[in-house]
Amino acid sequence: MQYRSGITVEIVHVSGRKRGKVMLFALSTCVWCKKTKELLASLGVDHSYVFVDLLPEKEMEEMMEKVMKFNPKGSFPTLVIDDRKCIVGFREDEIREALA
Amino acid sequence: MTPAATPTEAEITALHEKLDREAEEAGYHLNPDRTFTRDLVRGLLVNTARYGYQSCPCRLASGNRSKDLDIICPCDYRDPDLIEHGACYCALYVSGPILAGTQKLRPVPERRPSPDQRKAIREVRTTSIGGLAYPVWRCRVCGYLCARKDPPEICPVCKATKERFERFI
Repeated sequence: MQYRSGITVEIVHVSGRKRGKVMLFALSTCVWCKKTKELLASLGVDHSYVFVDLLPEKEMEEMMEKVMKFNPKGSFPTLVIDDRKCIVGFREDEIREALA
Repeated sequence: MTPAATPTEAEITALHEKLDREAEEAGYHLNPDRTFTRDLVRGLLVNTARYGYQSCPCRLASGNRSKDLDIICPCDYRDPDLIEHGACYCALYVSGPILAGTQKLRPVPERRPSPDQRKAIREVRTTSIGGLAYPVWRCRVCGYLCARKDPPEICPVCKATKERFERFI
């Protein structure tokens, strides 16, 4: 059985206060990813996010290469700021501090 | 990947109740945060529909069951993470102190080895010591041991399936 709904399968941009390039790599089924996504929204920071598990195979592989570059474990959520700083997991204090 | 999933509230409730009952019977506890836990249960249902097996909602499954046996919930890493962090990786399962509220739930770092490390581990597992009348099989989920020709179809303790067993001795 397959469930169907209209969850986005691309990189989504969320406008907000500019705090550099903020990219969230997430899984649509992951609750910690959801919390991270909600935190970014509540902080009102300009950011993008992508649900890697919803990508077609080839795009998923390419996206995983990007994730592994910053987080060799390839785990989620992976938050990358300005292509330099990487925060793995829902580390709320660290995320707040990095985007303050 | 396949379309995103939306299990019904009734499906989530049914699986949540089943997991809760089985956890308590076996001495484990589900996360008492109802909203959080229902979200995880929704993820389990989505993954079962998507991949054909109940892989961890907080990990990216490969779609190949034999490569993901270690992350089928309950995963191989639940028990060590419960001991070290008071919760499993996704925090579906929590320890007594977390349940009682005497310990705070914090993010659990990923314990699962990288793909290359996992391949090396699989190769090591095939070696064993001989000289016994029967091999000893170990359930990688709960540690149950049994000496018999083959592992049981279903672990009598944690209900993990046969392929979750490894030859221990």
